[in-house]
Amino acid sequence: MKYVIIGNGIASIGAIEGIRKVDTESPILVIGSEDAPAYGRPLISYLLAGKITPDRLSLRPLEFYEKSRVGLKLGTTVASIDTSAKSVTTDKGEVIGYENLLIATGGIPFTPPIPGADGPDVYNFTNLAHAQTLIAKAGEIKRAVVIGGGLIGLKAGESLFDRGVDVTILELSPRILSLAFDENAATLAGARLDEVGLNVRCGVSAKEIQRDKEGALKGVHLTDGDFLQCDVVVIAIGVVPNYTLAKDAGIAVDRGIQVDDHMRASADGVYAAGDVAQARDLLFGEDRVIPIWTNAYNQGFCAGKNMAGKDVPFTGSLSMNSISFYGLPTISVGTVNPPEGDKSYEIAASLDAKKKSYRKLVFHNDRLVGYVLVGDIEMAGMYTAFVKFQMAVPEEAKKQILAGAPDVLMWPDDFFKETWNPGVVEQD
Amino acid sequence: MKRVYPDKEYCIGCHLCELACITAHSKSKDVIIAYREERGQTGLSPCKRVFEKGDTCVAVSCRHCDDPSCVAACISGALHKDPETGRTVYEREKCVGCWSCLMACPYGAIRRHPMENKIVKCDLCEGREGGPACVAACPNQALKFEERD
Repeated sequence: MKYVIIGNGIASIGAIEGIRKVDTESPILVIGSEDAPAYGRPLISYLLAGKITPDRLSLRPLEFYEKSRVGLKLGTTVASIDTSAKSVTTDKGEVIGYENLLIATGGIPFTPPIPGADGPDVYNFTNLAHAQTLIAKAGEIKRAVVIGGGLIGLKAGESLFDRGVDVTILELSPRILSLAFDENAATLAGARLDEVGLNVRCGVSAKEIQRDKEGALKGVHLTDGDFLQCDVVVIAIGVVPNYTLAKDAGIAVDRGIQVDDHMRASADGVYAAGDVAQARDLLFGEDRVIPIWTNAYNQGFCAGKNMAGKDVPFTGSLSMNSISFYGLPTISVGTVNPPEGDKSYEIAASLDAKKKSYRKLVFHNDRLVGYVLVGDIEMAGMYTAFVKFQMAVPEEAKKQILAGAPDVLMWPDDFFKETWNPGVVEQD
Repeated sequence: MKRVYPDKEYCIGCHLCELACITAHSKSKDVIIAYREERGQTGLSPCKRVFEKGDTCVAVSCRHCDDPSCVAACISGALHKDPETGRTVYEREKCVGCWSCLMACPYGAIRRHPMENKIVKCDLCEGREGGPACVAACPNQALKFEERD
């Protein structure tokens, strides 16, 4: 087989579209362990909340795979990779040879050792099956405890709440959303959840999950001594790269599968992309695992083109999150929490707690390297341009950006023309 | 493929492209009704943004990029690239209003719908005879609909 892709998430979709940009003919085989065509993983919270129906989950139209000449082997897990024979063996014992292999196995939920966690009614919230189980059970659930106040935890909590469940979210750090957002944004988001009726408790976590003699879930003992009665526990601490398969095959792994600037892993003909890959960061140049939707697609897209014989370097991952809490939109891009005390960074923040509006801009030397918006997000893309294209921000432009009005006329003239009006020779 | 190219040397910032855009995307197809009624009632809004700085202005909209950031960012499959036409296609029904595209598009070409959890994005006036309405309406040929690849 010319192209084999392990994994059927967004990185895989990116790879298919990348390959097909270059090679429209050679067959592609996608092996996915879940039993569904690629779906929008973040949509599981919309599904659990009842905001969308299952028919809206798929990422591409039904005919996509056929039109793209992609064979699908779903409900199938790859058991091993033989990098010298260039083949993979599935859990069903089938051996499939490859010329180019993409490992896009994503992440797996990280579950800390909490006594009592093993047993019924403790769930993760990272795939469709988890969501379906919770939907099936929602009618019987009165109270839920969500462990983890990051994006997944808050979304899981919100959707359970929408199903009529009384929800408490526990976050060990002093504030929710500690990775992607800063304190002000987290406070606004937290206040919104609080206003709606979710309980968010920070600086506290689960010490033990209480079960009765039959093993039925009773509740959660907290680190502050409190006890919360509940019918289900959702553990949403985060995901870790799902790289065991690669590691067992002798492929170089650090925090994720190590890839070069063409998304190539250490074995010949093997590539990696998405939440499992450790790839170049756009802003800092070092290799990191940034488990973000957009990166997964972009890495897959880049890997796909290279697998098909093009020479396309990866431009680098950029961390970005957009998430709304009951109608309050929040966006965070790039570096939003620069190292404390580092004087090379400059932060400009404006907060209007009453209007639930917040804007934080982070400059490093003369560049915009990150921003946070809460409430008014209309101009987000225009800020993203400055971060992504790493354009210098002269003083005059800076004033305009600080006033919340970045625009394309602030771009360097050459870049503007090349972007918006290419191929036009100006007359003198 | 043919795309809309704005020229800031010619743009006079008159916003007629925006009017033409909302009219083309209105139910009534009547500029007055589109502006005075549908705008307020349905949130009808233009796919274009007009930027001004001193004497310079420009009207921008979706570039229908070859490798669009919005498609990479879309979590719902509402945005995809049509391999045949090259257009960046938006399927409104699939959109969940997560604003990921709005964040990811560095060209500021995606806007929030003022009333619904949907986006507003240029579709090159798909199906309209004579091509994009904004180009046709521009009084100074600051917008061109051309093949430049």
